[in-house]
Amino acid sequence: MPKLTIDGTEIEVAGGTSVLQACEQLGIEVPRFCFHDRLSVPANCRMCLVEQEKAPKPVPSCAVACADGMVIKTNTDVVKKARQGVMEMLLINHPLDCPICDQGGECDLQDQAVAYGYDRSRYNEVKRAVTDKDLGPVVKTVMTRCIQCTRCVRFMDEIAGTPELGLTGRGEDVEITTYVPHALSSELSGNLVDVCPVGALTSKPYAFTARPWELRKTESIDVFDAVGSNIRIDTRGGEVLRVLPRLNEAINEEWLADKSRLAIDGLKRQRLDKPFVRKDGKLQPASWDEAFAAVAERLKGLPGSRIAALSGDLADVESQFLLRELMDKLGSPHRDCRQDGAEFDVSTPTAWRFNTSIAGIDKADAILLIGTNPRHEAPLINARIRKRWRQLDLPIGLIGVKADLTYDYQYLGAGPASLKDLGTFADKLRAAKNPMLILGAGVLARPDGAAIHARVREIAEQFGLVKDGWNGFNVLHTATGRVSGLEVGFVPEQGGKSTRHILDQAQRGDIDVIINLGADEISPERFGKAFVVYIGHHGDRGAHRADVVLPGAAYTEKNALYVNTEGRAQAAKQAVFPPGDAKEDWKIVRALSEHLGHILPYNQQADIRKALASYSSIFAQVGKLVPAPWAAFGAAGPLVDQPFRPTIENYYMTDPISRASATMAQCTEEVWNVVYGAQTKVACHG
Amino acid sequence: MLADQDRIFTNLYGFQGADLKSAQARGDWDNTAAILAKGREAIIEEIKNSELRGRGGAGFSTGMKWSFMPKDTSTKPSYLVINADESEPGTCKDREIIRHDPHKLVEGALVAGFAIGAHAAYIYIRGEFVREAQALQRAVDEAYAAGLLGKNAAKSGWDFDLYVHRGAGAYICGEETAQLESLEGKKGQPRNKPPFPAGAGLYGCPTTINNVETISVVPTIMRRGAAWFAGFGRPKNRGTKLFCISGHVNQPCNVEEAMSIPMKELIEKHAGGIRGGWDNLLAVIPGGSSCPLLPKSICDTVLMDFDALREVNSGLGTAGLIVMDKSTDIIKVITRLARFYAHESCGQCTPCREGTGWMYRIMQRMVDGRAELHEIDMLLDIGTEIEGKTICAHGDASTWPIKGLFRHFRPLVEQRILDYRKRVAA
Repeated sequence: MPKLTIDGTEIEVAGGTSVLQACEQLGIEVPRFCFHDRLSVPANCRMCLVEQEKAPKPVPSCAVACADGMVIKTNTDVVKKARQGVMEMLLINHPLDCPICDQGGECDLQDQAVAYGYDRSRYNEVKRAVTDKDLGPVVKTVMTRCIQCTRCVRFMDEIAGTPELGLTGRGEDVEITTYVPHALSSELSGNLVDVCPVGALTSKPYAFTARPWELRKTESIDVFDAVGSNIRIDTRGGEVLRVLPRLNEAINEEWLADKSRLAIDGLKRQRLDKPFVRKDGKLQPASWDEAFAAVAERLKGLPGSRIAALSGDLADVESQFLLRELMDKLGSPHRDCRQDGAEFDVSTPTAWRFNTSIAGIDKADAILLIGTNPRHEAPLINARIRKRWRQLDLPIGLIGVKADLTYDYQYLGAGPASLKDLGTFADKLRAAKNPMLILGAGVLARPDGAAIHARVREIAEQFGLVKDGWNGFNVLHTATGRVSGLEVGFVPEQGGKSTRHILDQAQRGDIDVIINLGADEISPERFGKAFVVYIGHHGDRGAHRADVVLPGAAYTEKNALYVNTEGRAQAAKQAVFPPGDAKEDWKIVRALSEHLGHILPYNQQADIRKALASYSSIFAQVGKLVPAPWAAFGAAGPLVDQPFRPTIENYYMTDPISRASATMAQCTEEVWNVVYGAQTKVACHG
Repeated sequence: MLADQDRIFTNLYGFQGADLKSAQARGDWDNTAAILAKGREAIIEEIKNSELRGRGGAGFSTGMKWSFMPKDTSTKPSYLVINADESEPGTCKDREIIRHDPHKLVEGALVAGFAIGAHAAYIYIRGEFVREAQALQRAVDEAYAAGLLGKNAAKSGWDFDLYVHRGAGAYICGEETAQLESLEGKKGQPRNKPPFPAGAGLYGCPTTINNVETISVVPTIMRRGAAWFAGFGRPKNRGTKLFCISGHVNQPCNVEEAMSIPMKELIEKHAGGIRGGWDNLLAVIPGGSSCPLLPKSICDTVLMDFDALREVNSGLGTAGLIVMDKSTDIIKVITRLARFYAHESCGQCTPCREGTGWMYRIMQRMVDGRAELHEIDMLLDIGTEIEGKTICAHGDASTWPIKGLFRHFRPLVEQRILDYRKRVAA
């Protein structure tokens, strides 16, 4: 624990702390450009120079580790002059185009120039100009503004694991480039916009849209995967303009995946803004009363066994909780939140959760991936694994589809056969102190999913993945709606049918009405002749097949709880109002219950939250992680020797919102189809 | 004048062969095993006593540098890197050693490598030195064939491998940490210090980086003794040294001389004097392009060694003298050097990347006089914004020639600005 003096104040810091961090602990602001908490330290911007007693010249505080007896000064004339000098140098070749720069108002260079620079320029020569680069549909470049801090290069090398950017050339001619021009292939490339301290890398879809001071900021939760990233929704005049990550060390740190950041233009397209009722084979606009009446009419006299409910990937906790209760009142045991058709044992929460927790990956020392591609299913969890892999020689095994995961792994096999014998990797798991496995939720949707589930539990127990203070059994979900549904018990009741059987029965004509809460991944013919009531916000597959459409609210338009793959409930906040006549989903279910004569006893959202809190402890502690105790689950069965398939066919288009997004369509064409050689058809309705 | 029998580089001019046999005839590789048999400590002690200072420019005590290397090499290997990226304008001493006396370097590498506990050494040779790299490789191959390198090198019991690595033509790769980056296959950009290479150098292992000339004199010092070497020059500036004299002299040359020789004597005796006589001298850049120039008044009496030149605000550097007579446009010379430093800046850190180009542009205007008088002070102020604020010494080096110009020739620049004004007004 070195003890040093900074500006006359003594401070004791942990070993390895840099002078800059020690200054921060004391509340002393040290300006910086190249330094970033989560990236390596090149000390190349020279903005953070401070004076160190007995050192011949100013030292870069970001790169100097604190040592005993050090005397640091940050407020001397030497330091002031050094900062002014660096600031002046940074600005001589930086264009003074702040009025047309998207970074304006939230620019480190702007802020620090005001705080630490000269008040005028002495530069009378010609300024440098740099050719802009085309980095694809996510990042817009104005390279003349670049100050060569190399944060972007380091982000791509270290965090994203796609080393596609570099600094070429020398001296004044250095440029950030992809060497050979191509679109960035990372799912995390949007973060470059955040790490860039100036306006060189800005968001392409957001270009020239708004100034930061015009925006209303709402702190919320992301729903595009099951990570539950914390986000900030920036809105102006009822329009969502951009989404930025919000710091949460336990989940997304300070990063955000591209889909979560940029699919929001899909919120404006293909929206359901009024109820529809199918008349003469066509969906016709209707009033809420007409729509509810049509549902009530169809349900009249039907026994519960002929009614079923399905929920989708973006469904929130409250609406599923209410719909489950409504189904109970209607006497129907048929309901499922697993629209992918999975039928695993849901008797205990530990069976479906990411028990280790996302932050727990930072402690893992062996990881077995089963039937998952975390890079596409949860890019930020993949970044955590990569982070851990960079810290130590981390053994990672993969059973499933070979893919570039941005870290090295031992390939153990393509399918369930490898679950029987892990080969040499078994020893690595046994030798590890904190081993973990990650089971892709996609695997559970296979016909032998339940058997695999059970076999993987055996592996967890066999190799000591579960012990005191450590649970290394993890299921990686791709949809927050599915986890939310599992947590509120939106699964078949005693004698109830699961998704696959509900749909089979509907095709056979044994089920007459299906209430579809945003399940859009089911092909229309699977509903047979059933009367489908669709509650959702986009005119996607589900709405097209519906007989009655009840327009709901997207995640930016309602206060709602979502549960992430860890089993952590988090509260999303309403940033804008739903379009047209659309309503918050729980209100729709509540109103429907009234029309069906089974009034649910919830008049306000607070009532539901209260009921939820007593239903499950995770809803009593929103935002916190409540570990689930280990318990036996699953029943062994025969494994089908068929290789695992990718769960996600196209990362950029996985749900109704991203399918409606023009930006995501562009990413599909310019990134996905190029990198993965796939010819994913782009069907953007926009 | 240095007596012939006291010269270390007896084939500097290539009058004899550069091959192993000729080198052995000159005394190289003569019972090298006996030198190594003295042991690591003894060799370092001997070099310390010889007061040899690094010949690459900074003039750090070589023995001291070697003593920083860890004694225990069981966990991490130690490396020796020999800097043959001689790119300093006005300097061409290493080139001649490699061309005509490469075995001095190869043998020196073995002795130095042994002294610091390294089993492998890399010679990083400047990319433009194509023939020289071939000559050096030839010498290394000869040494391997003769059993002087490799397993049990020169029957000393010490395993030693020597690799020649060619650079790609960047001046900055002569900076020791940039050289390590380049050797590792990365872009040649200097590292932050600390950690110093002796702690974490090549591939993160303890590394000593020495200049070609430094390494090449080591075997001779070991054979003739520290006392002999320390018998030349003034205290703390001992030994013999290669001087490169170029510019407006009658016979530009490389010559080995004792340290602390008066500059005038050096130029008159070995380079045939200044073109048009000593009084026609305008200025001398004494130690390669980065050292501030010295006007004739100082050149008259100054001694050629580290401390004497430091006293007159310049430096011995690599001992490459650039001599300029009165026909020289000294402002243009310094502008050309400013261009060199702007072009060779690696671009990593801000003050050097932006500042060198800025200074060059201002200097360009000053050549014509297209400037304001106050811009002289501004230019010097820009220099202080660069100097001491950068990762490596390139930033510092880029400001020194300009500082030297204004220290001694400021009235000349001012006159040119005034003349230009008059001309424009007319």
